[in-house]
Amino acid sequence: MNTTPVPLTAKPAVGRGFRLQWEPAQNAHVLLYPEGMVKLNGSAGEILKRCDGTRSVSAIVEDLEQAFDTRDLTRDVTDFMSFAVERKWLELRE
Amino acid sequence: MNPPLWLLLELTYRCPLHCAFCYNPTDFARTEQELSTDEWISVLRQARKLGAVQLGLSGGEPLSRDDLELIVGEAHSLGFYTNLVTSGVGLNEKRIGALKQAGLDHIQLSFQDSTRELNDFLSSTRTFDLKSKVAALIKQHDYPMVLNVVLHRMNIDHVEQILDMAERLGADYLELANTQYYGWAWHNREALLPSREQVERAEAATERFRQKMGDRMRVYFVVPDYFESRPKPCMNGLGSVFLTISPDGTALPCHAAKMLPGLDFPNVKDAPVEWIWRDSPAFNHFRGYEWMKEPCRSCPEKTKDFGGCRCQAYLMTGDAANADPVCDLSPHHHLVTEAVARAGRAQQGVVEKPVLIFRDARNSRTISGCTG
Repeated sequence: MNTTPVPLTAKPAVGRGFRLQWEPAQNAHVLLYPEGMVKLNGSAGEILKRCDGTRSVSAIVEDLEQAFDTRDLTRDVTDFMSFAVERKWLELRE
Repeated sequence: MNPPLWLLLELTYRCPLHCAFCYNPTDFARTEQELSTDEWISVLRQARKLGAVQLGLSGGEPLSRDDLELIVGEAHSLGFYTNLVTSGVGLNEKRIGALKQAGLDHIQLSFQDSTRELNDFLSSTRTFDLKSKVAALIKQHDYPMVLNVVLHRMNIDHVEQILDMAERLGADYLELANTQYYGWAWHNREALLPSREQVERAEAATERFRQKMGDRMRVYFVVPDYFESRPKPCMNGLGSVFLTISPDGTALPCHAAKMLPGLDFPNVKDAPVEWIWRDSPAFNHFRGYEWMKEPCRSCPEKTKDFGGCRCQAYLMTGDAANADPVCDLSPHHHLVTEAVARAGRAQQGVVEKPVLIFRDARNSRTISGCTG
């Protein structure tokens, strides 16, 4: 399967027309877009909420590793980001 | 119980267009008083508290309300994702600027056809050039360009031209929505239902276009359910995720549900939205599977399609608890196949051409036998 490459220097941001927000009624982050919605699981929500277009992928990975006191998240995070870029949930900025 | 994740406000039945395929009730002219700005805002607050998050602003033409900007502003600040469903009539530079400012997230613009002649005939207005200008305005204001074209016998053969028009207008999304036969569309079904050959040609043309465009435009082709053998999971089951408020405040589990007999649909002027959604008999009536008759009741697919559409079951069989006749397990399925067969014959010119009844207040009063 071809996946979109996610360079560690790229600065991901939530895609145009999408909005990420916390929904107390669903106890989850949701991603809203024209006439649709995705309910995100815990890790997807934690990753996406850090994608503000100013932080690089490596900075986001570092932050997550620190926040959850764990290591070696690069692969998991870039895999998810690649999936998200293909769905236009994320755009990669320079 | 799920929250009503989807809230649709039909702000008004007033509309500058008179489309013969509109799903609005044919007796819309009986609706006298629309909710006030404050009443709509109260609905927004209550529904948001219940967990509603996607908001559709529709009608009629929602731009006919001069408080649309206020309603959008409140919805945005409450955290709704706001979708405006519009014909484009009334959307000028000033209003789109104000709507953007108020936080409007998304605009869906309708066209009736790729040609001025048919667009204007089908909507019974001169709006084609105006819509093209509105499309440009939407782009200028950095909205994704989302076009919706309702398909039926009279325009489905123009799908290639419609696709070209969408490309010319720079659409990001195009929804080719085959007519759903409710309201005015039901009244005009014999004139609007395409033949199976027409649907197949249109689908093939859409697929070729998708191949050509790749990622540049996403095209949805909503297959008309009359040509299927299993029903659509309509509204994900009534009372599951959708809440519609019609112009006078009547709360409905689907925008077409007002026609269903024996259900006393509550009004937001009389009852809190929370009670309406959770407790009102009308919203509980079609929840779960208890209401079902055979063949649905013992069908393993009932958890997938919820027996299809209650309105379609009622319109075609006279009983809303019957299986949607689209399902080929329904004893009424022949009603659907016969309608499709008639459409084929009409397309070949074998039968006389039915007359279109356009959606306007006068026809509404005539059809509903209302003299007021």
